Amino acid sequence: MQLVVFVVASAMMLVGAVGVVTRRNPVHAALSLVLTLFGVAVHFVSLEAYFLAAVQVIVYAGAIVVLFLFVIMLLGVDKAEDLRTEPLVAQRWLAGVAALGLLGLLVVAAARGADVLRTRSEGLDTALDGASGDANIQQLARSVFGDYVVAFELTSVLLVVAVVGTVMLARKRAAAEA
Amino acid sequence: MPAPTTLSYLVVAALLFANGAFGVMARRNPLIMFMCIELMLNAVNLSFVALARELTDIDGQSIVFFVLVVAAAEVVVGLGIIVSIMRNRSSLTADDLAELKG
Amino acid sequence: MTDLVWLVPALPLVGALLLVVFGARIGEPRAGWLATLATASSFIFTVLMYFDLLGMPSEERSHVVRLFSWIPVGSLQIDFALLADPLSVTMALFVTGIGSLIHLYAIGYMHGDPKFSKFFLYLNLFVFSMLALVLGENLLVTFLGWEGVGACSYFLIAFWHTRESAAVAGKKAFVTNRIGDWGVMTAMFVAFSAVGSVSYKAINEAAHEGSISQTAISAIAILLFIGACGKSAQLPLYFWLPDAMEGPTPVSALIHAATMVTAGVFLMTRVGPVLAASYGWVTDTIAVVGAATALFAATIAVAQHDIKRVLAYSTVSQLGFMFLAIGSGAYVAAIFHMVTHAFFKALLFLGSGSVIHGMHHEQDMRRMGALRAAMPVTAFTFIIGWLAIAGVPPFAGFWSKDEILLYVYADNRLLYAVGMVTALLTAYYMTRQVILVFFGKARWHDASSEHGAHGDFTPHESPRVMLVPLVVLAALSVVGGFMQLPFSKDLHFLEHWLAPVVEESERSIKGTWAYDNKYVLLGVAVIVAVAGIALSIAVYAKRRLPAVEPKVLESAWFYDASVAKVVGGPGAAAFRGVATFDAGIVDGAVNGAGALARGLGGIVRRAQTGFVRAYAALIAFGAIALLAWFVWRGWLA
Repeated sequence: MQLVVFVVASAMMLVGAVGVVTRRNPVHAALSLVLTLFGVAVHFVSLEAYFLAAVQVIVYAGAIVVLFLFVIMLLGVDKAEDLRTEPLVAQRWLAGVAALGLLGLLVVAAARGADVLRTRSEGLDTALDGASGDANIQQLARSVFGDYVVAFELTSVLLVVAVVGTVMLARKRAAAEA
Repeated sequence: MPAPTTLSYLVVAALLFANGAFGVMARRNPLIMFMCIELMLNAVNLSFVALARELTDIDGQSIVFFVLVVAAAEVVVGLGIIVSIMRNRSSLTADDLAELKG
Repeated sequence: MTDLVWLVPALPLVGALLLVVFGARIGEPRAGWLATLATASSFIFTVLMYFDLLGMPSEERSHVVRLFSWIPVGSLQIDFALLADPLSVTMALFVTGIGSLIHLYAIGYMHGDPKFSKFFLYLNLFVFSMLALVLGENLLVTFLGWEGVGACSYFLIAFWHTRESAAVAGKKAFVTNRIGDWGVMTAMFVAFSAVGSVSYKAINEAAHEGSISQTAISAIAILLFIGACGKSAQLPLYFWLPDAMEGPTPVSALIHAATMVTAGVFLMTRVGPVLAASYGWVTDTIAVVGAATALFAATIAVAQHDIKRVLAYSTVSQLGFMFLAIGSGAYVAAIFHMVTHAFFKALLFLGSGSVIHGMHHEQDMRRMGALRAAMPVTAFTFIIGWLAIAGVPPFAGFWSKDEILLYVYADNRLLYAVGMVTALLTAYYMTRQVILVFFGKARWHDASSEHGAHGDFTPHESPRVMLVPLVVLAALSVVGGFMQLPFSKDLHFLEHWLAPVVEESERSIKGTWAYDNKYVLLGVAVIVAVAGIALSIAVYAKRRLPAVEPKVLESAWFYDASVAKVVGGPGAAAFRGVATFDAGIVDGAVNGAGALARGLGGIVRRAQTGFVRAYAALIAFGAIALLAWFVWRGWLA
C-alpha cells in the first residue's frame, strides 16, 4: 500500500515538475506547479508530517501559486514564450549537463553517505509519544516555540520586512513621487 | 511489496531538484524561472522530512517550517521586483535584463 | 650653562621668525637692530658657555644636549642633539661675534633699500643655520645647517633679484653646492650602514678603534671632502664664489669670508679621526687639492679689477691653505687660520663695502685711487687687514699662515713650495689692491664721462654704524695671532683648548727638521711677504716694472667657459639620455604593468555576459565541482 502511494505521489510530483519546465504558457506552468505541490503534500502525509502537509497545501498551493497567477494576469505575460529558439549558445545543453550532474552526484552522495546521514542530532524524539493523533503538532510546536523560538521571532520580522519592502517596490511611480 | 526506503525519497527529491535546476537555466520567462526555484525548495523540504522520519527527530520538520516561511517571503519580494521591472514591458525575458554586462 | 646651548641657535631663529611676521611693520632701522640684538645675545650666551667649559678639566669639555628624538625608525635612531665642546664653541664664538658686527654694519649699508627687513630676516636665518651646523652632535643636524646655509646663501646672493646677474649667481651657487651636498648625503648613508649611527662620537670612535673597514672609513672621508669642496669653494667646485659677489657686501663678508665657506674646514676637523684612519691617499688628495686651489685662485686674483672679486679669489686661496693644513694633519693650524682669516677677511670685505658705499656703488678699482684722504678710517682699517693677510708680523695672518707652512714642510716639501709661491702672490695682489684703491692718483674724475660711470662726485666716509665693526675687526686682526704663538709650548693656547677634539687626528711634528728649525722657516715667511709687497709697490706705485695682467688670468683660466661647454654639450646630452631612460624604461615598466592588468582584465571581462541564466549555469557547475570533490573524498575514505 505504501509503495503504491509513494509511486503515485512521485508520479504527480515529477509530471508536474516536467510540466513547469516544458510548458510554454505560464498559466499552464503554474497549474503544473500546483500538481507538484500536491504530490509533495501527499509524500508529507505518508512520512507522518501531517501538519506540514496541511501547511504545504494552504500556504504553497493556496497562497503562493495564487500570487503567481495574480502577477501573471496583472502583467499580461500569459502569452506563450517561444521555446524553439535559444538565444544563448549551448545554454540548453549546458543546463542539461548541469542538471544530470547534480542528479547523479546527489544520488551517489545519498547512497554512499548513509552513515553520515543517519546520525541523529539532539532534537525531540518523535518516537517517544507519537501515539496520539495530535502528537505531530505538539512536538513541532514544542520544537519551534522551544528550541527555535528566536528563529521564529526573526521570521516574523522577516515577513514584516518582506511585506513593507514589496509594497514600496511595487508602487506606481506617480504615487512614489507624491 | 517492499516499502519505500529513505533512499528512495531522497532519490525522488534529487530528481525534483535537478528538474528545477534545469528549468532555472533553460527558461527565459522570469516567472517560470521563479517557479522552478520553488521546485528546488520543495525538493529540499522533502529530503528533510524523509530524514526526520527516519531519525525520529522533529528538528527536520521544524526546518521545513522555517523554509516554508522564508520561501513565502521570498516569493512576495521576488514577485514585487518582477512586477516593478516588467510593469511597462510585458514581453520581457531574463535575457533582456543584461545590465550587469561587463 | 652648557645645558642652555640650545639658546645659541634658538635666538637667531626667534629673530628670524619675528622678522617674518613683523618685519615689514617695524621697518628700517628697527628690523636691523632686532636682528643684531638676536645675534649679539646669542654671542653673549656663547661667551658664557666658553667660560663654563674653561672652568672644567680638559677631558670633560664635551657635553651633549639632546633636544628631542628626531628620527626613530627601527635601528636608525637620530636625535636632534647639540654638542658643546671646544671646537663647536670656538666656531660659535666667531660666527656669532663676527655675525653681530656684520649685522651692525648692514644697518648702515642697507640704508634705503626697500627690502631692508627681509635682508635681516635672511641674515638671522643664516646665523641660525650656521649655528646648527657647528653645534650639531651628529651628521644629520650638521646637514640641516649645511642645507640651511646653502639656501640662505641663495636668498642673499640673489637679494637684488631684479638684476639678472644676481639671480643667475644665486642659482649657480645653489646648484654647485648641491653637488657637494650629494657627497655629504652619501657619506651619511655609508656611515649608517657601516657604523649604524650618524653621530660624530660613534663614527670617530669606530674610526679610531678600527672596528669598521678602512675602505668604509676612506669612503666616508672622501665623500665628506667632496661636500666640503662644494661648500668651501675648492677645485673643481669653486666657481660659484666669485659670482656670489653679486650679493650685498655684508653678505660677502659674513657668508663668503667668515662663516659658510669655513663649514667645510669645520666638518673635516670634526671627523678628523676618520681622516686619520683612512688610506694615506685620502689626506694626500686633500692637501694637493688645497694647495692647487690656493695657487690657482691666487694667480687669478692678480688680474681682477672688481674690488670684491679680488677678495673673493683671495678667500678661495686662503681656504685652499686651510685644506692644505688639514691634509697635512695640522688641524689646530687650520682652525687657527680659519679664525684669523675670519677676522681680516671680514674686515677687508666690510672695508671694501665702505669704499663702494662712499664711491656711490662704484666697484671697479681702475676708477678709484687716492681715497686715503676722503675715507681715513676705512683706509686705516683696510691697511691693517692688508698687513694681516699679507703675512706681516705681528699681525694675525702671519702667525696662522706660518703655523700651517710649518706642518706642510714636515709633510711634503713640494706642497710647501707651492704654499710659499701662493703667499708671495697673496702679498702681491693685496698690495696691488691697496695701492689702486687708496693711493696714487684720483681716477674717478677721468672716468666720470665713461659709460657705466657714476658721474662726478666726492667720495665720503661711511656712517659710524659701519665704522665701528671695522675698528673692532681691525683690533682683532692685530691681536688675534696671539692665541697660538710658536715661541713656547705655554703660548699654544688654541692647541691646548682644542686638544680633546683633535688629539686623535693631529699630527705631531716633534723631532722633524721643520720643528727644530721653525725660526728659520719663520724668517723665510717674513722675507717672502716683504718681497711680495715690495714687488707690488714697484709695479703699481713706482711704475718701475710693467704690470702683468694677462687675459687668461682675468677670465680665470677660462674655467667658467669650459665648465659651461662641458655641461652644456656632452653633459646635457648625457642628462637627456638619462631622462629618456627614465621616461621610457622606468615609466614604461610602471605603465606597462598597468597596461598588462588592463589587457588581462579586458580578456576576463568577456565572461561577464550580463545573462543571468549563464551565471546560474556557472553556479550550478561550481556546485557540481564541490559536490564531486566531497563524494570523491568519501569514495576514497
